[in-house]
Formats: sequence, C-alpha cells, structure tokens
Amino acid sequence: MYSEKVMDHFRNPRNMGEMENPDGVGKVGNPVCGDMMELYIKVENDVITDVKFMTFGCGAAIATSSMVTELVKGKTLDEALKISNATVAEALDGLPPVKMHCSVLAEDALKGAIEDYRNKQKSR
Amino acid sequence: MKRIYLDHNATTPVHPEVADEVCRRLREDFGNAGTLYSYGREAKKLVDDAREMIASVVGAKREEILFTSGGTESDNMAVRGVAYGNINKGRHLITSTIEHHAILETCKALEKEGFEVTYLPVDEYGTIKLDELKNAIRSDTTLITIMHANNETGTIQHVSEIGRIAREKGVTFHTDTVQTFGKIGINVDGMNIDLLSVSAHKLHGPKGVGALYMRKGVKMKPVMFGGHQERKLRPGTHNVPGIAGLGKAVEVAARDMEGEGERLLKLRERLWEGIKANIPHIRLNGHPTERLKNTLNVSFEFVEGESLILSLDDLGICVASGSACTSDSLEPSHVLLAMGCVPEVAHGSLRFSLGGGNTDEEIKLVIQALPKVVERMRSMSPLYREFLKKQKATE
Ligand SMILES: Cc1ncc(COP(=O)(O)O)c(C=O)c1O
Ligand code: FES
Repeated sequence: MYSEKVMDHFRNPRNMGEMENPDGVGKVGNPVCGDMMELYIKVENDVITDVKFMTFGCGAAIATSSMVTELVKGKTLDEALKISNATVAEALDGLPPVKMHCSVLAEDALKGAIEDYRNKQKSR
Repeated sequence: MKRIYLDHNATTPVHPEVADEVCRRLREDFGNAGTLYSYGREAKKLVDDAREMIASVVGAKREEILFTSGGTESDNMAVRGVAYGNINKGRHLITSTIEHHAILETCKALEKEGFEVTYLPVDEYGTIKLDELKNAIRSDTTLITIMHANNETGTIQHVSEIGRIAREKGVTFHTDTVQTFGKIGINVDGMNIDLLSVSAHKLHGPKGVGALYMRKGVKMKPVMFGGHQERKLRPGTHNVPGIAGLGKAVEVAARDMEGEGERLLKLRERLWEGIKANIPHIRLNGHPTERLKNTLNVSFEFVEGESLILSLDDLGICVASGSACTSDSLEPSHVLLAMGCVPEVAHGSLRFSLGGGNTDEEIKLVIQALPKVVERMRSMSPLYREFLKKQKATE
C-alpha cells in the first residue's frame, strides 16, 4: 500500500533524533488517530541549517516527518513555510488517501517550529 | 525470505487435505444439489455429508445446520432473522461491546429500524459479567448474542452460563464461534446454544463459506429470498466444493483438536515468556488464562502498531494490531477500548495468533527479532524520550 519511497524513509529515516538547544520546536498531536510528532530546527540568518524530528505514529507519519526534514534543510524560513502537506506527500510518490492526514502532521510540526522560532526572536 | 505467519485469527492457510477435497469436488462434482438426476444427487450427498460432519462435532442434528457464505453472513442471519422472527414478543436484543463488527454493525442497523439493543460492558480482561447480563434481560428481550472467544484478545466467555441464563429466561441465545469452532469443544445442548456461527477460513478451510447452527424450534425470518435451498432460510445454489471443504476442515480440526491445542499453547507461552524476558514496558491484553490457546495480544508502550507491523513484515513476520493507524476508520480497537485500555496502549498493541504450521524454530526467531524492532521504534518516539527523562528525574 505504501510507495517504495515511503518505505525507504520509514526504514531509514533522515534526521531522526533529539536536538540540543534547538532554536524552534514544533510539537503536534494528530487529532485524527492520536499520534504525535516533534520537529526541531536550528536557524542562522533566516536559514534552516539543521532539523531533526521524533515521531510516535504510523509508517506514513514517520516517512512524512523524515521527508519534511529533507525538504526544509538549507531553506529560508519563508521558503520552508511554502511547503505543504501535499508537497511532502508528492515527494514521497504519494500516500494512500487514508494516510493523507499524517502528512498534515508533518506540515503542522514544521509551521509550529518556525512560529516558535519567530516568537522567541520577538520576545528577545 | 522464509516467512512466519502469526495471524491465524485473521485467516488460516488451507490444510492440504482440505485443498485436495475442494479441488476434487470442483473438478468432479459440478452438479446442482437441487436437481434430481445423478449429478445433482451426488452434489447433494456431499452437502449432506458436510452437514452431518458439522452437526456431529457439536451434538446437533443434521437438519439444524445451514450453509452460508461465512461468519459475517451467519452472524447477520442469526441476529436479523431472530430479531424479525420474534417481533410479536418484543424488539430488544442483548449483545456485548466487544463483538465482531458482523454483529455490532447488524445491531446498529436494527437500532435504526426501531429495535433496542443493550451492549454489555466487559471487565479489564474482556469478560462479560453474568450479573449484568441477568439484569439486562427484559420481558421483550428476544435475543442474546455473545461471542464465544474474541478474535483480538482470545478471551473466552462463560458461554455455558450465558446459555443457562438465556434458557431460564426463555430468550434465544446465539454465539459467534468463528474463533473457537474446531479449537474448543462445543456441545449445543450442554451449553444451551440456540444458534452458532462458523467460518471455514478460520479453521484451515476455504474463504467465503460458513455455517449457521439453528436449533429446531427457533423462530427465524429469512433475510434473503430466492429458491428453496437451506429450508428457504438461505436460498441460492450450493457452493458444493466450498461446503465439502468446510466439512473436511471441521473433520481435520476435530480430529487434531486436543494435540494441536496443547502444542500451540506451549508455543504461545514460550513466545510470551520470551517477550517478557527481553522487552520492558509491555502489557498483556486479554484474560491471563481463560483465553484461546493460540492468541497473544501484547501492548508495547510508547510505540505504534502499524510501524511495528511494517518493521516485522520486513523480516517476514506477519502479525496484526489494534492501533487506530491500522484501521480504515482510524479508530483504535473497540475491543481494547472496551476493556479500559487508553488509546495509547491500544496503539502499541500487537496480536500474535498461532496456528497449524507454526514451529518452535519460528517462535525463537520472533523472540529474537522483536526486541530490536521495538527498540528502533522507541528510539524515534517522543513519548519514550519523555518517559526516560521523567524516570531519570525521579532517580
Ligand atoms: C469473531 C468473528 N466473527 C465473524 C467473522 C467474520 O467471518 P467471515 O470472514 O467468514 O465473514 C470473523 C472474522 O474476521 C471473526 O473473527
Ligand atoms: S499517524 Fe496514525 S495513521 Fe498515520
């Protein structure tokens, strides 16, 4: 049911793990099935220089978190914000319809991390 | 890669003797069992022999067995048929919260038609309390339908007691024995069972064929209409090869039941001991002892079942989960929730269901593979990281 790309990212997730002193953290729970995802970013001059994730969820949730970290690394924050869940799903050669909501989790975690970073900047 | 199949509660490989029987009948016996000439008579004999075989293992009469397309149809027929057939007495049915969807969805459909249904709760082991059953029975109750053993946890209900209560109160009793037929001895008179559902593919028979036992005298309305087959209660030309295959599967299961049950129980306990010894933060779902000998349902905390299934599948190991992420509805297992599991625990549940071909060697391989798989998924889990942090803080 999953594409080879999804399975590849599930088997060998990129950028998985915790980050020491992240500049921004996005934590989201999946309201549909109850899973969760955390995404951490390091930012320099508005560019995402490092990104990591941790996920408690299905194969699609793990693969989409892994893919989103690949897509945003090296991007400016504004570029990163343009990445939607559809972009992530497409980059994985598609997801089964019932699993599209897991890619929303990845998009939300990314947006959350960027927002968290910007809020922290403001309050400085 | 050699595969290890541990999902026998979902379906089973066809037994070689059964496959031979089905193929032979498919080739040789194409007759319509409802016709008078030799081809028809030969087909009818095959159907009647299978009927006799099923009847004999549960102590029923031959004419009390009806052939269907499987467990789902038998369940639908029993619940709907008895509900419609007893409207003059009332419109109240009793079932449980842990039934198979074939029962639950039928009950829900009947509720929309104006029937009332009581869904009995279960305790933490998935067992129904007999007191609650007694209290639920009303003067307008026409059917009690409670499954013999649950497909997800394997927990076995006190069917004899339920049957006795139903008989005392004059209520018809149906039980879904899809998971127990051929695994646990059943006697319809001893256990006061009025109807029971059987499915061939759960006992090493072919898919798409099953049976319904219906005690003589039970009031039932047909839910399908057509020809005169199966006393007009289940019209349609007989699936002769399938029915003959079901008969053979029942024969083989009954013949091997005792030895096979003990063998699977040993393997299952070995698997459980192996899991307990090598993986922390787990829990058993289901009754510790009153449980199908082949079934082990375990929750691995902090991880999600689908990701475990995918990882194990990469190693050739086939199992099931009650996780929301594995169901099309994205709801966690209704059975585990009914037992009081929090959704996170249902999330991390795996069901190992053993059967015919499984060997000691296979169980050893699973015990070896599982800790690494669970550990890998835990290393990705924010829940596990939080848990470890908390643990450290309290040290
Ligand atoms: C307890 C129970 N009842 C009914 C069914 C449905 O049987 P079938 O697949 O033959 O329709 C199943 C199988 O999933 C089952 O486990
Ligand atoms: S995280 Fe639950 S379905 Fe994907």
